[in-house]
Amino acid sequence: MKRSATLTIDVDHSMTQPLLSIRDLRTYFYTEAGVARSVDGVSFDIGAGETVGIVGESGCGKSVTALSILRLIQPPGRIESGSRIEFEGKDLVTLGDTEMRHVRGNRISMIFQEPMSALNPVFTVGDQVAEVARIHAGLSRRKAWDRAVETLALTGMPAPEERAKQYPHQLSGGMRQRVLIAMALIMKPALVIADEPTTALDVTIQAQILDLLMHLQKEFGTSILMITHDLGVIAETTSRVIVMYAGEIVEEAAVDELFAKPHHPYTEGLMHSMPHIGHDQERLNVIPGTVPAPTNWPQGCRFFDRCPYSWDLPEREHPPLYDVGANHTSRCHLAIEPARRNNPHPPLVVVEGVGAA
Amino acid sequence: MTAPAAASNGDTLVSVRNLRKEFPIKKGVFSRQVGAVKAVNDVSFDVARGETLGVVGESGCGKTTTGRTILRLIEPTSGEISFEGRDVRSMGTSELRALRREMQIIFQDPVSSLNPRMTVGAIIREGLTIHHLAEGAAADARVKQLLQEVGLRAEYSSRYPHEFSGGQRQRIGIARALSVEPKFIVCDEPVSALDVSVQAQVINLLVDLQREHDLTYLFIAHDLSVVEHIADRVAVMYLGKVVELATSDDLYREPLMPYTQALLSAVPVADPKARKDRIILQGDVPSPANPPSGCVFHPRCHHPAKDEACARIVPPLEEKAPGHFAACIKQPPTVIDWDQQKQAGGVHPPERYLPLAAVHA
Repeated sequence: MKRSATLTIDVDHSMTQPLLSIRDLRTYFYTEAGVARSVDGVSFDIGAGETVGIVGESGCGKSVTALSILRLIQPPGRIESGSRIEFEGKDLVTLGDTEMRHVRGNRISMIFQEPMSALNPVFTVGDQVAEVARIHAGLSRRKAWDRAVETLALTGMPAPEERAKQYPHQLSGGMRQRVLIAMALIMKPALVIADEPTTALDVTIQAQILDLLMHLQKEFGTSILMITHDLGVIAETTSRVIVMYAGEIVEEAAVDELFAKPHHPYTEGLMHSMPHIGHDQERLNVIPGTVPAPTNWPQGCRFFDRCPYSWDLPEREHPPLYDVGANHTSRCHLAIEPARRNNPHPPLVVVEGVGAA
Repeated sequence: MTAPAAASNGDTLVSVRNLRKEFPIKKGVFSRQVGAVKAVNDVSFDVARGETLGVVGESGCGKTTTGRTILRLIEPTSGEISFEGRDVRSMGTSELRALRREMQIIFQDPVSSLNPRMTVGAIIREGLTIHHLAEGAAADARVKQLLQEVGLRAEYSSRYPHEFSGGQRQRIGIARALSVEPKFIVCDEPVSALDVSVQAQVINLLVDLQREHDLTYLFIAHDLSVVEHIADRVAVMYLGKVVELATSDDLYREPLMPYTQALLSAVPVADPKARKDRIILQGDVPSPANPPSGCVFHPRCHHPAKDEACARIVPPLEEKAPGHFAACIKQPPTVIDWDQQKQAGGVHPPERYLPLAAVHA
């Protein structure tokens, strides 16, 4: 089954109508260096109450996908026509600006990576959380403030009434992230997009914040789109995983299935290049080379020259998303010639010098 | 305090004793000093020749300050630093310059640590010129050789840093450090800014170079899995203090200090089947300007025997098992005996507490 460039609604993943359904999303940036096809034909669904993860490295298009859902793409970038983002019965790509503002922060909210730059330094954090409720629920100043303090308390903020009166610089990184979570949750949205929500935090604080997000999700039944480069965060928080590479989805599966049976050589490479605590390895496995430039994706398979299994077919033909298991798809021709996996070869990418491979 | 001995072979290259660095806090028109941030607070360790000593800890624990103080990029407030038996703190300008040839640093951020107006060749050549190691054609040849050694093309010497990816820039930083043939390199979060697949390339490069050039590394990082992979021994820092120091195997198999236990259990595991009981620490790291009394970790500690004695007694970094040092008076054996603990308000005798044992078994 191909899901790459079709507009047919796919009923495999959820019995009921999905909350969010993205079909053939293409977000391009028209730069001086050429057209950067940052998101290039992405389709996936998120069910109600589901936590879906998108994992990939810098430049794979995961953050641009998130920003596209909220229509926060600025020129020279734009969402190409033909892209569809269906959410609660509306197509967000063609929705009017006023209606889109109602969706943003109210039905879909976002938690950003860098809590310091996502907060306004000259307003108290309580005001910033309350502002969301004043705009979206039309609450009075007093009521919005009370609701802000209540929501801050829900996020585990110590002494929420006092903290609400403070400015962002007076709070620690973990507390600022709690403020952003309060802002995202105050309207009890249907979907929260968390873009690397713990990357800027220390591990012990990361553990607190992930624990909090999972707890709040259970309490409110919110769907979460978790965007991260960290396979550990994916394994611990999500139920279904999308792997992105070079603007495309290259693999999608339930979390247990993906970690037990990764199919795409890129997914496999990512898993093997991470050091694991308690596993003694002399050398780390490496994916040689670097991600190609988005203005110049290779023809055929975009992972071709970094892949240890490639042959002439991946170079010639762009692989579709093949079905490789129950609700498990992979954009790799190995699906039709699985025996080739037994004969890995050094990748074609130029390998120079010591330590390059 | 018993100083943690060097690793197996006993040939010490760098030795640090009772190192302290305080940054003054100034206030008002006359910049009166009103306090001090104790960034490094009585730290001692040895680094053996050829070994990699990992230093881990969270933001603000003093790991970077410790690394820079050894190179005297930051002047310590007090304490002793010796390199091959020479006293680093008493060195004058010219001696220090000569020493810098033997001790180098690789920085975290490969963007801001390379001068954007200099070509890659000029960046790598600078050290050769300053230390009179090579000139003219010999210097050009050496730059090319260094580029190849770190996995870059020799032609890249005429390009500028912005033309390279993060991983390639980090390789340029490594070539610059290697240019003066140092014995000791402080690697300050060298892979934190890189993607996972690129991170693995740079770690493998560092391991290869260490073997070929007999390098000694002080490897500073917040990522525990990276440190376990590369380090022979690991020092865990919290609020300016080394709270545990052991071989990498011992530390990850049997962490003794409750902080290390919490830190290890907080790392997300890339295996959905391995969901584990997590020790979630409450609250944030206290301010190093006003650290807690006694054991600096006691307000957040989960050790079942924690009591008033922990708030009163500063725990020594003591040897709990051969080569395994930890600063905890509740984890036996300890020189702070039960009578002393009772006098300080202790109510729970020390008991062995290893909550992660089952996880790593």
